[in-house]
Amino acid sequence: MSKTTPGVPTEAAVSDEQELGAAGSQLSTAPTDTLANTPGLGVIGWTRWFWRQLTSMRVALLLLLLLALGAIPGSLIPQSGTDETKVADFREAHGTLAPVYDKLGLFHVYSSVWFSAVYILLFVSLIGCIVPRTWQFVGQLRGRPPRAPGRLTRLPAYTTWRTEAEPEQVREAALALLKKRRFRAHIAGDAVAAEKGYAREVGNLAFHIALIVMLVAFAWGQLFKAEGNKLVVEGQGFSNTLTQYNDFKSGSLFSTDDLNPFSFTLDKFTGTYETSGPNTGTPRTYQAALTYSVGAYGKGEKTVVKVNHPLEIADSKVYLTAHGYAPVITVRDGRGQVVYSDAVPLLPLDSNVTSTGVVKVPDGYRDAKGVREQLGISAFFLPTYTKGMETASTFPALGNPVLNLTPYHGDLGVDAGIPQSVYQLDKTHLKGFKDAKGAQLRENLRPGETMTLPGGAGTVTYEGTKQWANFQVTQQPASGWALTGALTAIFGLAGSLFIQRRRVWVRAVKGPDGVTVVEMAGLGRSESAKVPEELGDLAGILYDQAPGASGPGPSDSPDPQAVPAEGAEK
Amino acid sequence: MTLAAATELATATNEHLASISNTLIYSSMAVYTLAFFAYIAEWLFGSRSKVGRTAAALTAEAKAGGKGAGPAVTVKQNGGTAVLERPQVVVRSTAGTRDVPDGPGAHGGDEQGDMYGRIAISLTVLAFLVELAGVAARAASVQRAPWGNMYEFNITFSTVAVGVYLGLLALRKNVRWLGLFLITTVLLDLGLAVTVLYTASDQLVPALHSYWLYIHVSTAIFCGAVFYVGAVATILYLFKDAYENKLATGGKPGRFANSVLDRLPASASLDKFAYRVNAAVFPLWTFTIIAGAIWAGDAWGRYWGWDPKETWSFITWVAYACYLHARATAGWKGRKAAYLALIAFGCWLFNYYGVNIFVTGKHSYAGV
Ligand code: HEM
Repeated sequence: MSKTTPGVPTEAAVSDEQELGAAGSQLSTAPTDTLANTPGLGVIGWTRWFWRQLTSMRVALLLLLLLALGAIPGSLIPQSGTDETKVADFREAHGTLAPVYDKLGLFHVYSSVWFSAVYILLFVSLIGCIVPRTWQFVGQLRGRPPRAPGRLTRLPAYTTWRTEAEPEQVREAALALLKKRRFRAHIAGDAVAAEKGYAREVGNLAFHIALIVMLVAFAWGQLFKAEGNKLVVEGQGFSNTLTQYNDFKSGSLFSTDDLNPFSFTLDKFTGTYETSGPNTGTPRTYQAALTYSVGAYGKGEKTVVKVNHPLEIADSKVYLTAHGYAPVITVRDGRGQVVYSDAVPLLPLDSNVTSTGVVKVPDGYRDAKGVREQLGISAFFLPTYTKGMETASTFPALGNPVLNLTPYHGDLGVDAGIPQSVYQLDKTHLKGFKDAKGAQLRENLRPGETMTLPGGAGTVTYEGTKQWANFQVTQQPASGWALTGALTAIFGLAGSLFIQRRRVWVRAVKGPDGVTVVEMAGLGRSESAKVPEELGDLAGILYDQAPGASGPGPSDSPDPQAVPAEGAEK
Repeated sequence: MTLAAATELATATNEHLASISNTLIYSSMAVYTLAFFAYIAEWLFGSRSKVGRTAAALTAEAKAGGKGAGPAVTVKQNGGTAVLERPQVVVRSTAGTRDVPDGPGAHGGDEQGDMYGRIAISLTVLAFLVELAGVAARAASVQRAPWGNMYEFNITFSTVAVGVYLGLLALRKNVRWLGLFLITTVLLDLGLAVTVLYTASDQLVPALHSYWLYIHVSTAIFCGAVFYVGAVATILYLFKDAYENKLATGGKPGRFANSVLDRLPASASLDKFAYRVNAAVFPLWTFTIIAGAIWAGDAWGRYWGWDPKETWSFITWVAYACYLHARATAGWKGRKAAYLALIAFGCWLFNYYGVNIFVTGKHSYAGV
């Protein structure tokens, strides 16, 4: 071969390709990108042209690049799917930009029209690519490896020797050897043709099909998913019906009949924290002990849910997502009657679980004079109170709990029918209780302590503290399919990348001097050191069965610039 | 012993271990620096030899064309009986590629250069062992895998990258030329780690407690290290390719280019090496993302939620898939594919540094 300047194939190179022709063809099912023909006339012509474009490798590559590019803005701009409040902040901060972003769907990139268009086109292209390739591959499996090309010396790996053995003998030996090495081999004319590594194609097709499976599973999961939150105080329970949730979101095709029937009770929540060092207060473990039962009449079973270990019931998963404190409060009215006694979940404000919330007593309360009224009490809670640190807890566990209460009376406004937050007090029709100096009454209580409302209006007792845990219950169907697809993709990919598909030919003919000339050549899809290595290995074995004969070398000697196989690895 | 005393003792041990770890990391930096100078010496001494193999090969080609002698089977006369050598396999490169020999390596065939190169590798092995011990001490001090924050991630990352390099050397792959480039960046990485990213040793918040963490993060670090080696080879490929092109078209590269690039492997070898490295680790990267998705499914109740880290892993994955596609089929070999590989590695880097620093998401509780 004469040397070539880069990029300019020489005549030799062109004729090489022609010579290899059939022998080199179909070594994969990858389409060759021919230059795009101008479309024929008419709609059909255009459609075919468009289809051929879409399923070409060049366009597949382009669409892949677009997919990567398109995913970028979603990681930099707040997304309404993940963080609604951040989107709101952004809108406020960027008055002119936000409407433009809205038009472009940049607040929900991954469900926007243009992003969907890219991946749908990509997957249409993928299907349009896989189907013909699968057929072609089946055809290759049914057929036989192509016959040896005329001049084996032209192939990337080549060896030859002369032997006393008869050509038929050599061919039979080669056939047996190649078959033993699990090549698909047959004798065609004066040579053995063999091929191996079909698993590469299988792997590649499996990989691309697995991508489709994953996409469909993901889309299915989005349409049929359901996700809800429920806050549960220790000792209380939850059953999986829509009305029990604090909030609930579901995919557009989800129906509430799809909710799995189960229920559970939170027996105990445990949180432990780092007690010393620079990271004092960093959470170490969170766990919730539950008793759950499946179905309407299931029997109770105990389990522990931790942060990374959800409880799985059918295709529902119950995750532990948050926790906090719920002081148990008892309210007695002017007559000394208990009108309220319950654990009140408070919302944590910081990492040391400083918490706030309210106690609402809408019914049953009468003041000193026996007049019906409603009570509202603002609560501020420090699980670990340290003197001098009145406004924030100093540790997240219950070290020295103090509950600060600010009681009000009057009308809570709950009867108006307008939904109210359970954590806030609407004070428009409420009056504060006053202390002896006429200031708003406010008192710090420790567990077991009671505050007395002025003028015989009753008492409020802080009995003790329970904990609450928030559970997120999700149903995400088809995740098993997504996982199967993903695993198939990995194995397919490994097969596709690590297995070489290659061909070996062994030609044995009688030379003019009556001595048999054996020629062996190997061809792989890409230049790989493995092909010559394997060829050398095979040649060595065959050589032992058909040992060399002395005499002049073969007429068609190999390329002078050729490097020995050992050098190929570099 | 009271519980409090026990805790205190444990804390003290841990702090002791953590400070040992810091000392080891600093020591490894010192040894890497020595190795760095030894590599420099290798390159300097190597520049004394004027081999000019690439230039020779590319300019002499006109003379060498055509067929020559040299049959593959030679007959050796040995004491009168003819003993035949086993058949030798000859390979030829595909039509259209240049047959340029690989450069001799940094030492350029110079004996002293070679000695310095060997010293550099020995020092690299030593520094690697010291750094490995530092990482292990750090792990012992926090009693978990050493990758809970960016400092730990960085020291583990550079250890693994050097480990990959030494592993390739041990497998007798021709990668010695990587040494200087690798150690330079390892020093930068460590410098960044001990100054900007340093975080006192600490245990993990509960969300990071999962064996998927070990699987996901360890493979992520390993993939990063291998991608990194691939990226270095790709960059060198681009330089070497430009150099060969220049020579082939009759240009005269500068003296520095002549001296340095000539000693590197041929551009085709560099390209092939980069491809193999990237392709070999791509399935593992795929697995890393899937392991992350499984972990996210356990921790956050959904396996995929377009969190910035997830998104950038996906982008990196697609970018590498583009590169492999380009190489496999679309005829985008050579420089264009190399640019894709670099873009893909850029995505990986951004995912690691950029996302942690500039973007907030669910992954942002890990120290930095
Ligand atoms: C959904 C996005 C896609 C991804 C992530 C992807 C990924 C990959 C990867 C990583 C490889 C490398 C495997 C190897 O080198 O053997 C590959 C090979 C290949 N892909 Fe794709 N691909 C995608 C879409 C497509 C499409 C749309 C087509 C067809 C138009 C296609 C056709 C091929 C072919 C023909 C090969 C090479 C086969 C061979 O080497 O024998 N792929 N793909």
